[in-house]
Amino acid sequence: MTPHFGLPEFGFLLRGLQWTVLLTLVAFAGGCTAGLAIALLRTCGHKGVEWITRIYIGVFQGTPLLLQLFVVYYGLALTGLKLDAFVAVAIGFTVNASAFLGEIWRGAIQAVPRGQTEAAMALGLHYSSRMRDIVLPQAIRISLPATIGYLVQLIKGTSLAAIVGFIELARAGQIVSNQTFQPLLVFGVVGAMYFILCWPLSWWGSRMEARLALASQR
Amino acid sequence: MGYTLDFSVVWHAMPTLLWGCVGTLALALAGMTLAMMIGVAGVAARDAKAAWLRAFVIGFVEIVRNTPFLVQIFFLFFALPLIGLKLNPTATAIIALGVNGGAYAIEIIRGGVQSIHKGQVEAGYALGLHKGQVFRFIVLKPALRAIYPSLTGQFIMLTLTSSICSAVSAYELTSVAQRIESDTFRSFEVYFSVTFLYLGISWLLMLGFAAISHRFFSYPTR
Repeated sequence: MTPHFGLPEFGFLLRGLQWTVLLTLVAFAGGCTAGLAIALLRTCGHKGVEWITRIYIGVFQGTPLLLQLFVVYYGLALTGLKLDAFVAVAIGFTVNASAFLGEIWRGAIQAVPRGQTEAAMALGLHYSSRMRDIVLPQAIRISLPATIGYLVQLIKGTSLAAIVGFIELARAGQIVSNQTFQPLLVFGVVGAMYFILCWPLSWWGSRMEARLALASQR
Repeated sequence: MGYTLDFSVVWHAMPTLLWGCVGTLALALAGMTLAMMIGVAGVAARDAKAAWLRAFVIGFVEIVRNTPFLVQIFFLFFALPLIGLKLNPTATAIIALGVNGGAYAIEIIRGGVQSIHKGQVEAGYALGLHKGQVFRFIVLKPALRAIYPSLTGQFIMLTLTSSICSAVSAYELTSVAQRIESDTFRSFEVYFSVTFLYLGISWLLMLGFAAISHRFFSYPTR
């Protein structure tokens, strides 16, 4: 007999949700670190380096996330390393996040008025202090709405880990759906869980965007 | 560990893969067409008198934009037959892409319509333009010009998203690649090459859209 969608099934989905959150956090943390490096390299002033980072960003923005995951997943398998499925997909999402966050922050760094950099130079500040104390604090403020927007994208994107077989929320939903033959109910619940995760972030992001727009009008 | 990369399987399968590219473009085009229809209807309904209709559109946009496409397509895959639409996977994928893209299109088109200041229209009438001319030159063209970059960007996004439709085995590039992979077991080679086929598709689209924009939307210089 087939089980109905009850508490145990709901618990299974919740455990999937945990993995979705964990995967998002790991990929976001890794993506922030690598993305900052990409953004700094992209604006470093050296033509060759800027071109390479530009191509890096272009490749990740011009190809489907699903295929990037496939390439990383099967590519890592070829190196002979026995990696856990979680580690493999986390690496995939991290590289993707580094490119997207790198591009967002590139824009934010360039949006900080040039006079700020020039003033810092005139004061004799060297590169690291100029970036850390003058440019980046302002750039972070400018980039916050887009960064939150990408975080929502990332949460939704982690559902693709289901296709390479890692059991997060979407894959847990598929499994429960196959067991209970109640696909509409199960995917409805799964969708609601994603919504509860994403919607407050989206709302926060658009509110901040509106406030920043107001501030720049003054 | 003696794995040697062998891209010859990809080379042999190239005609099949190129047909997959055509499938992807057709799928994206059909999805985008539906998305635009939903977008225009949604913008009209967003400003409707009936409060429930406005709430419905706002709810639709928020739900679609805050849930993953994969979950949406699974949901539709099982929900459409219940409302009497027994469709093949490709048709299901078109509807899913259309619904997903439609929510984004509503926001984009709404932004374009709002960007036309009322004074512009009044100025048009003051210059003696008649109604059709005002709509064409004052409202439509500047609005299209304003939303063109987001709309074409959305089209490229939708093309990339369509790879997820392989999950319901719609006919497009990724599902073609999956079939070749399961025949040859050359997973890395196949997916690596297909990734660059997608890159080629998005670059072609970008160049094409830029050319169209240059031809139709650049400001008159004379």
